[in-house]
Amino acid sequence: MKRDSALDELRKELNYDKTHACVQCGYCLPVCPTYVSMGKETHSPRGRINLVKMVGEGRIKDLSVIEESLDLCLGCRACETACPTGVEYGAILEATRAAIVRRKQFSLPARIVRNVVFKKIFPSRKVMNLIGNSMWLYEKTGLQKAARTTGLTNMLPAHLGKFEAITPSAVSPLQRSSLPQYTPAKGEKKYTVAFFVGCVMDAMFRRINELSVKLLSEVGCDVVVIDNQTCCGALHAHAGERDDSKALAKRNISAFGQHNVDFIVNNAGGCGAILVEYDHLLADEPDWVERAKQFSAKSKDITQILALCGGIQGQARQPQRVTYQRSCHMTNVQKVTKEPLQLIRGIANAEFVEMTDAAMCCGSAGIYNIVNYDASMDILDIKMEHVKDTKATTIITTNPGCLLQMKLGIEREQLQANMRAVHLVEYLAEAAGISESSFK
Amino acid sequence: MLLYCYEARKGISQVEQRQIEEIRTIIATGRILTAESDRYSYSFDGSFGTYLPDVVVQTKDVQEIAELVKFANRELVPICPRGQSTSLSGGPLPVKGGIVLDLSVMNQLLEIDAEDLVAVVSPGVLTADIHKAADEKGFMYPPDPSSSHVSTIGGNLAENSGGPRGLKYGVTKDYVIGLEVVTPEGEIIRTGGRTVKNVTGYDLTKLIVGSEGTLGIITEAVLRLIPKPPASKTVMAIFDSLIDAGRAISKVLSSGILPSKMELMDQASILAVENYEPSGLPIDAEAMILIELDGHPAAISDEANQVSILCKEVGAREVRVPATQAEMDEVWRARKLVSPAIARIKPTKISEDATVPRSQIPEMCRRLQEIKKKYNVHLVVFGHAGDGNLHPNIVADKSDIEEMRRVEQAVTEIFETAIQLGGTLSGEHGIGTMKAPFMEMELGAAGLDMMKRIKQAWDPNNIMNPGKIFPEPGQKLVLSE
Repeated sequence: MKRDSALDELRKELNYDKTHACVQCGYCLPVCPTYVSMGKETHSPRGRINLVKMVGEGRIKDLSVIEESLDLCLGCRACETACPTGVEYGAILEATRAAIVRRKQFSLPARIVRNVVFKKIFPSRKVMNLIGNSMWLYEKTGLQKAARTTGLTNMLPAHLGKFEAITPSAVSPLQRSSLPQYTPAKGEKKYTVAFFVGCVMDAMFRRINELSVKLLSEVGCDVVVIDNQTCCGALHAHAGERDDSKALAKRNISAFGQHNVDFIVNNAGGCGAILVEYDHLLADEPDWVERAKQFSAKSKDITQILALCGGIQGQARQPQRVTYQRSCHMTNVQKVTKEPLQLIRGIANAEFVEMTDAAMCCGSAGIYNIVNYDASMDILDIKMEHVKDTKATTIITTNPGCLLQMKLGIEREQLQANMRAVHLVEYLAEAAGISESSFK
Repeated sequence: MLLYCYEARKGISQVEQRQIEEIRTIIATGRILTAESDRYSYSFDGSFGTYLPDVVVQTKDVQEIAELVKFANRELVPICPRGQSTSLSGGPLPVKGGIVLDLSVMNQLLEIDAEDLVAVVSPGVLTADIHKAADEKGFMYPPDPSSSHVSTIGGNLAENSGGPRGLKYGVTKDYVIGLEVVTPEGEIIRTGGRTVKNVTGYDLTKLIVGSEGTLGIITEAVLRLIPKPPASKTVMAIFDSLIDAGRAISKVLSSGILPSKMELMDQASILAVENYEPSGLPIDAEAMILIELDGHPAAISDEANQVSILCKEVGAREVRVPATQAEMDEVWRARKLVSPAIARIKPTKISEDATVPRSQIPEMCRRLQEIKKKYNVHLVVFGHAGDGNLHPNIVADKSDIEEMRRVEQAVTEIFETAIQLGGTLSGEHGIGTMKAPFMEMELGAAGLDMMKRIKQAWDPNNIMNPGKIFPEPGQKLVLSE
């Protein structure tokens, strides 16, 4: 093979060396949501790896040839769990996406949106707060109703209108400022934990964050909420904005590093996945990699800590059938699979039914359902068929994206009357009789 | 890139735009893929090499397939049928370009007929789905290639796949009694039927099974089912000598007991698995064999005792009989992990499936050890030892040209040894592109010529999966560039 230095550079950029671990056995095909829904190798994990390989070998000259294939990947990483040879698919995907983004001339509006969303909105708690407040105002002022009746929401870009109906009702600014900096453990203290609030969770699901803190306190944790924490950077990394992602990681490592806690606890599968991989993200930064390792080692999903502390005792208000839509990143990256099931099964008066292909992605995948709406809905429709087969009335989730997508699925199937989607934290709190009323 | 280069790229057809337009008129219900990213995504399988097709066609409709083949035959465009491309021998690779026909989408039919004891299936149905459907009705479809949860039945039929249960139950061809086939001239024919007995004319069913897509496209199959065995039991025997392990295999098989599986792991594979995922395997042992017995619970309990005694007689240092299902699963999991575990030693894995008569298993084990030393290659022996289908795998690094030359020599000598011992080049993976140069060595000039004549009679224009099975003039095994 001819050596040329430009190609060598490109290979490094793409993580080309990691593609050699793929022996093209195809074990990833049946677990890949896009291969199942789209029915071609171009949208399979080994197909995508092969395309990266072809670019690295100079057979495909233009990166734009493989762009659509990589764009349409959900990044659920179910293929890594199925892979017998341990291919680091996520690393190949993110490196290649970053390479594509670097070369791409985004149209001016797209560039502005990317800049604003990734550099200004997610990282800023102030701005996310503002969004939360605007959402509240928007609802309370009747603007929402007006927008719905005039069809204005349907004119929002990229199907955002469809999501408007399912976003949770926002909380008032008064409530929003109420997450306490310190909540003592009920009874004997077992651990001190720092709660990772997250950006989307904080702005849109503050109620779940409140319940999370209360549950942690209930099982015996002192809970601190650190002030200068920021967005986890997962969405940036998935979209190829690696440098932004690294900057956010450093801010979080610095913020949490100043406090001596046993664990850093989050309640969003997608955030948790990058938090446990901060050491990979910063692997090429010698000044940071050790601190990142310490941070990642302490980072846990809330279900791990609740289970570690003995679980939640409770019973469903009325007999019901529940099913569980896993967060892909919790399953395939954090490898947290047992604890959520243990907690769900621990609630009395409810029957747990596993759906077919339970571990398969729902199509939410960060902002995938917004940017690749049609592909996402094809995947959701398959998922909802499996959900319906279980005859469950409650779908439990462990990540905000999945929660919204399941709500959207219920709306699309018009099942609102007898089916609901909740975060596991909400389900546990409800069963334990813990309410969302503000902290005193 | 690793290519089995035999002047390969000569004579590659280029499908012209007007031809693609014609294909569009033929394929009314399916999809036609021509984008560069799509074509590259159908350029590979589980073996080696990248061969770019001109167009990829997907359809569920047999009439459309027949018309497409008629078109290809008239226009002399190569057409390569493909399942999910898990092949380890290059079967679905479009080595001469042309059309790749993706049959994985043709999965509409999976019918279990409990009265006739058959399954009727479309080629795109996954093998594991047939296992499941049969199991639900109390039956078994025995062929069980390791990739059955990914591989299509069409691919299994084309390659005549085996699997661990081949020892007791035989391979794919032993369970196929009828086929629907689109011939290379675009005719739709039916072979065999739904009866176990059928001697009407030549047995075209058996001819098509294992023909690697060179004689036609299978569009439906009738598979024989058997009653599901009520129970199974596992015996694990550990040896200080690989050759003793080989002897134990022969001894058990000649004692009147026929296990359903009999798998061998040598020291290199035990070590690789233990390094990959520690589970307390005996890493100082030179080999271990795993034996599964199935049948009536009382019968297999007695057989398990006999097998344990026989293994000890030939020098097993330890015999374990897992008591619970969980322990049993643990033992078989170790065997399943061999393949991924050795792939982590070095990146390039050359997986062979040369097979010898049962009596020659100990001798083959000895010769493989010699070959390993002689060429200083990383050779791992594991596999379906009971049926003589050892899987000598060589792991190497393809960027090391000197090492790859040694690997080529070692592979060649493995093939020669298998044939000298009365065995065969391929037990279950097929010939494809890689083993074609060795065909004459096993079949003789006249034997190979008869096969070529069959191919010519069926496919006079050589459009059906060309470049497979038969060597090109002067073709040699080449693993390096």
